[in-house]
Amino acid sequence: MLTKLVNMDRRIVFILVALAVIIPMLFPISLSVSISKPTKDLYNFIDELEEGSAIMLVFDYGPSSLAELNPMAKAILKQCFEKDIKVVGLTLYAVGTTMGSDLMQGVADEKNAVYGEDYVFLGYRPGIELVILGMGDDISSIYEKDYYETPISQLPMMNNIKNYDQIELVVDLSSGSLTESWITFANVQFNQKIAAGVTGVIISQMYPYLQTGQLIGLISGIAGAAEYEILIKDPAKGVLWINIESFVHLLIVLLVIIGNIAFFVNRKQEE
Amino acid sequence: MELFGIWIAAFLTLCIYSFLYKDNPFYRFTEYLFVGMSVGYSIVLSYHQGFIPFAWKPFTAAFTGDSLYGLIRLIPIGIGLLFFSGLSSRHTWLIRFPSAILIGVGCGLAIPNVLRANIFEQTRGTIEPFSAINAGTLSSMEIFGAVLMVVGVICTLTYFFFSVEHQGPVKWVSKVGIAFLMIGFGSAFGNTVMGRVALLIQRVDFLINDWLGPIGAFFG
Repeated sequence: MLTKLVNMDRRIVFILVALAVIIPMLFPISLSVSISKPTKDLYNFIDELEEGSAIMLVFDYGPSSLAELNPMAKAILKQCFEKDIKVVGLTLYAVGTTMGSDLMQGVADEKNAVYGEDYVFLGYRPGIELVILGMGDDISSIYEKDYYETPISQLPMMNNIKNYDQIELVVDLSSGSLTESWITFANVQFNQKIAAGVTGVIISQMYPYLQTGQLIGLISGIAGAAEYEILIKDPAKGVLWINIESFVHLLIVLLVIIGNIAFFVNRKQEE
Repeated sequence: MELFGIWIAAFLTLCIYSFLYKDNPFYRFTEYLFVGMSVGYSIVLSYHQGFIPFAWKPFTAAFTGDSLYGLIRLIPIGIGLLFFSGLSSRHTWLIRFPSAILIGVGCGLAIPNVLRANIFEQTRGTIEPFSAINAGTLSSMEIFGAVLMVVGVICTLTYFFFSVEHQGPVKWVSKVGIAFLMIGFGSAFGNTVMGRVALLIQRVDFLINDWLGPIGAFFG
């Protein structure tokens, strides 16, 4: 029996994981989500900004990471539009351009935000470090026009935003190491406040920056997205998905325990 | 058109997941399609949002008399074009010039900032809590955390210190360092699992709600 368990076809595990995802999706169960301090810190920072302040939202991710980062982006945008905080969107990751544009437009339509007055999307520019440093001096030197080819001098919102001095916070939503570039260049060089929303893969890398205050807040993967949705009192995909995720985690923990017991018992029998 | 897109996306998603059964031509096709489209999209976007506004437009403006400033762009454009000298074995040595400039500028920009962000600030972050301990502003758990962090940093750095043979006390300190590393890797692995499962959930959500949902609604 145990030998069979150790040599179990991996496809059975795949089927179990698929069932652990599909069943709770068809019959949703609401589990409680506790709010972590780094997520709460970011929420509070934006919440305490004055009306008319501006933040920069950076879409440094592609389609392969949208499951974790899109819910965060939507939640932050909803909070900003409801509080009348201006949002400058951009990306340093080419593949994220259309996604960022569509996502901003979608949330703006939902919240009746006006392009050019409440938010702008500048698009993509190559040359990560040079873009970050260049915007510290003058955003228009890097983005003469927005993503839709409108000169940024013609966007009312950008008349009051010249460089990081008028940006209260940069929120980098990243699936790679680009958050580190924002910290290394925008934070160190211009003392710009940075927060991040990252995928599960790089959460551990971000904690040292959080501890030193180089990041003022951090949204960690899909769990962080769910926390943020609860903070803005608008539960959406993040909350639904984290509930499903809990079932999959439970299954994985069970499989790890059973696998280990089977392995050790099997080894003892062989001895 | 949107419906067509959903069906294509659903088909490609199923092609990718078919790999879980075994490798097959549908999976390969979708994998290559994804890689090809990502690269193609990046190239087109870099061309339109990088090359056109930063090189081509200022350059052409110099010839139409709008702004002679664009002529200066000839220098970086020329240096950049030297990268293509790698295509000719006779002129490949020319690639050293743009490479040298790129490395020089990159290092010049990165070294002071990286040192400050990743060495000085992290050192400050490790030591700073001890001044708060002196001032008596930390709770007992925070003091424990601060001490644990210093112990972790010292032990882990000892593990990577190869100038002394790892014997006696050094061996035990480095073993504690390994334990800290394992905890770090475990945390990273757990978070990675969370991330990967989130990707699966998003795709299943798409298949059930966006693809199968309307079909189910159609049949009543």
